[in-house]
Amino acid sequence: MLRVSTMAARLAVSRWRAAPSAAGRGPLLSCRRWSGDKADTVYDVVVSGGGLVGAAMACALGYDIHFHDKKILLLEAGPKKVWEKLPETYSNRVSSISPGSATLLSSFGAWDHICNMRYRAFRRMQVWDACSEALIMFDKDNLDDMGYIVENDVIMCALTKQLEAVSDRVTVLYRSKAVSYTWPYPFTMADSSPWVHITLGDGSTLQTKLLIGADGHNSGVRQAAGIQNVSWNYDQSAVVATLHLSEATENNVAWQRFLPSGPIALLPLSDTLSSLVWSTSHEHAAELVGMDEEKFVDTINSAFWSDANHTDFIDSASTVLQSVVGFLRPTKVSARQLPPSVARVDARSRVLFPLGLGHAAEYVRPRLALIGDAAHRVHPLAGQGVNMGFGDVSSLVHHLSAAAFNGKDLGSMSHLTGYETDRQRHNTALLAATDLLKRLYSTSAAPLVLLRTWGLQATNAVSPLKEQIMAFASK
Amino acid sequence: MWGGRKLSSFGNRFLGVLRSRCWSTQAEGARLTSSAENQVSWTPQTKPWVFSEYRIMWFKSCRMTFACLNRMKIYRYPWRRLYSTSQTTVDNSEIKTFLALAHRWWDEQGVYAPLHSMNDLRVPFIRDNLLKTVAHHQSGKPLSGMKILDVGCGGGLLSEPLGRLGASVIGIDPVDENIKIAQHHKSFDPVLDKRIEYRACSLEEIVEETAETCDAVVASEVVEHVIDLETFIQCCCQVLKPGGSLFITTINKTQLSYALGIVFSEQIAGIVPKGTHTWEKFVSPEKLESILESNGLSVQTVAGMLYNPLSGYWHWSENTSLNYAAHAVKSTGQEHPVPAEFVFKGETEELRDKDSTNPGNAILARAPQK
Repeated sequence: MLRVSTMAARLAVSRWRAAPSAAGRGPLLSCRRWSGDKADTVYDVVVSGGGLVGAAMACALGYDIHFHDKKILLLEAGPKKVWEKLPETYSNRVSSISPGSATLLSSFGAWDHICNMRYRAFRRMQVWDACSEALIMFDKDNLDDMGYIVENDVIMCALTKQLEAVSDRVTVLYRSKAVSYTWPYPFTMADSSPWVHITLGDGSTLQTKLLIGADGHNSGVRQAAGIQNVSWNYDQSAVVATLHLSEATENNVAWQRFLPSGPIALLPLSDTLSSLVWSTSHEHAAELVGMDEEKFVDTINSAFWSDANHTDFIDSASTVLQSVVGFLRPTKVSARQLPPSVARVDARSRVLFPLGLGHAAEYVRPRLALIGDAAHRVHPLAGQGVNMGFGDVSSLVHHLSAAAFNGKDLGSMSHLTGYETDRQRHNTALLAATDLLKRLYSTSAAPLVLLRTWGLQATNAVSPLKEQIMAFASK
Repeated sequence: MWGGRKLSSFGNRFLGVLRSRCWSTQAEGARLTSSAENQVSWTPQTKPWVFSEYRIMWFKSCRMTFACLNRMKIYRYPWRRLYSTSQTTVDNSEIKTFLALAHRWWDEQGVYAPLHSMNDLRVPFIRDNLLKTVAHHQSGKPLSGMKILDVGCGGGLLSEPLGRLGASVIGIDPVDENIKIAQHHKSFDPVLDKRIEYRACSLEEIVEETAETCDAVVASEVVEHVIDLETFIQCCCQVLKPGGSLFITTINKTQLSYALGIVFSEQIAGIVPKGTHTWEKFVSPEKLESILESNGLSVQTVAGMLYNPLSGYWHWSENTSLNYAAHAVKSTGQEHPVPAEFVFKGETEELRDKDSTNPGNAILARAPQK
C-alpha cells in the first residue's frame, strides 16, 4: 500500500505540473490531492451564493422536472430574510426586470408571489442627453409591458418562499460560507475523488458533482479556481434613493438622462413614488448623500430639467438633423417630455455604492460554472445587470436539464461549454455596448457630443433598429 | 473569451497527428515528437498509436501502456476465458496497469472520446424506446424499475448514464481490468454504487441465472468483436423477458466502412487504436436483422450514425453504411389476430422454418407492430 501511495503521489505531482500546460486553462490554484472521506454527502449541485441569481438558480433546478431525483444545496453567507408582512416603505434597491427574466421567475412560481406583493410595470422609456436635444423613446406599440421595476427584497422574498416549498430537493444553508475548495483532477486516479470538495466556515465538508459560483463580483469561487477576470473600476458611484413625486401620475415611464458626470435615472415604483439611480463621480456622490433633503430634491429636479449644458453649435446641428428626419419620416419625430418633478425623498433611503466592470475569461471549468455577477459585472445605465444573471440561469438550467435527462455526469464539460458559448456571446456584446455608452456619454467635448447626438436621433428615427435593441434587452 | 473550444480535443489531436506525420522520419525505436499544443505522439514502429496530453506521465508509463494494450486485445474475444474471475489480492503490476489505464476509459478527451460522445445518441435511443413500453414513468428517474444488462460494458461508459436514469444495470465484460475500473469509477457515487453491478464474466456464463429477467439488453460496439453472432443473439434473447428490448450499435460491413472505419480511423488518423477492429467481423444490418428475426426478435428500428472527428460529435443519419443502431423486441409469445396472408411475429417457430434471408418476410413482419 505504501508503494501504491508513493507511486500515486509521484504521478499526481507530475500530472499536476503537466496539467496546466496541457489543459491550457491557467494555473489550478489550491489544487491538492484529496484522499476522500467517503462519508461526506455527495450533492449533485451546490450553488455558492444565495443572492438574487444564486437563489433563482437553486429554485429553477429544484422545480425542474429532470432534477426530481437530485440533491441540490444552496450556500448563503447571510441570514435568512423573512418578512411577516410586506413593509410599507419601499426599499431603495430596485431592479428593472425584463420580460425574459419575468418568464424565468414565473416558470418556478416566484412571479406569482411578486405579483401578490408589489411591482410596477413600465411601458415607455425615454433616454436623452443633457448636452443636446437628442432623445430616444422606446415604446412598445402593442401595449405590452417593456419591463417591471421590482424591489430586490421583494424578489428575494418570493424566491425564499419558493425554495421553502421545494425543501425536499433543495437544502438551503444560511450563515454558511465556503472557506476553501478542492478541485478534482481531470480523470480518476486511484484514491482521488472525482468530486469538488468544499470546506465550510464551521469546518464541515461536503462534496459535489457540480459547483455553481453565484457569489457576486468578488467571487471567492472564481478566485479559488484561478479564472482570470478582466475588470476595472469606474470612477463613479451610484446613489440610490426612494423619491416622492409632487403629484400622483400614471407613472409608467422610465426616465434616464445622460449628464456629463453620469446618467441619472428615475424608475417608477407606484403612482407617487419613484426610485432614483444616479451614477456620478465619487465626490459628487458623497456630496449628494450628505446634503440636506431640500437641496437634494432641487439638485435632482434641475438635473432632469436644466438645459445649462446645451451649446448653440450642438443645438443647431441637432435641429438640422431633426428637420431632415422630419422631412423623410414626418411621423417619427418625438417631442421631448419632462419627467415628473420630485417633492421629497425618503429619510435614510440615500445610499451609494461603487461601480465597475468585470468579465471572467472563462465561465466554466470541469465541475464548475459561474453565473451572475461572478461572471460579469456591468454599469447600471442599461438596467441589465440582474437580467444578464437571470439569462445565465435560464441557459444553464436548460443545458443541465437536458444533460440530466440523458443521464450525463452533471460536471461534464461537454454541456457546460454549450452554456458558456451561449452566454459569452450575449454578455460580451452587452458589456461592450454598455461600456461604450458610458464612455461616450461621459464627455462634453463637442465632436463626441455631435456624434452621439446625431447617432441618437438617427437611431430614434429607425424603428427596426429600436425594436432590435428592445428585443435584445428583453431576453 | 468567446468560448473558442469549438475544435474538439479530437480535432486538435488529429491536426497534431497530421503535423507530426508530415515532420516525422523513420526511426529505429520510439521517438517523441511534440507539437505546439504540447501534444505527444508516440511512434514506435509496430505498436499502435496512442495519444495523450500529459507528456510527463506518458513518458514514464509508456512501457506499462503497451503491455496493457496487448492485453486489451483480449477483450475483443469474449468467448475465451483468459482470466479467472475470482477476486485476488491486488497485484502491484496490476496497480500500474490500473493507474495507466484508468484515465483511458474515463478521460473524456482521451482515446475513448468517441465512445463518450456516442452516449449523446445511444442513451436517448435506449431511453426513448424503453419509455414507449411503459405507461407512466417517474420524472427524474425515467428508467426506474427496469433491469438492463450491458454486455461488453468496458469501463462502464454506458452503464453509468443508464444507472443515473434510474435503471438497475448489470454490466458484464470478460476483461477483469475493465470491470475493476468500472467498479472504481462508480464507487465514488453512492447512488450509482447501489444501482449498478459489475461482473467480470462472459454472456454465456450468466445466461442461466438471468434467464428472462431483463427488460433490456444493450450490446453496444460489441457484435463486431464476437466470434459466433448467432449464439450471442440467442443468449441475449434468453436473458430478455418477453417483450423486452435488445439494443445493438455496431459497424456495417461495406467498402466505405473499410475505407473510413479501418484505413482512415485506425491507420491514418488514429481515432481508434490500431488493430481494434477486423473488417471481416463487421455485420451488415441485413444480416443482423435476419439473425434477430430468426431468433424471435422483431426489429423495430435501424438508424445510421455518423461521427464527425473534427467536432467530436455523432449525428443520426439516413445512411447506415458506417455505424448504425438497431432496436429489436422479443416477442411476447402470444397470438396476434392478423389476416391469413401476413406472416406474423408471434409465431417464432414459423419464422425459424421460413427462409430467414428473404427480406420480404422481414418487412412484412415489422408492419403489424407499428
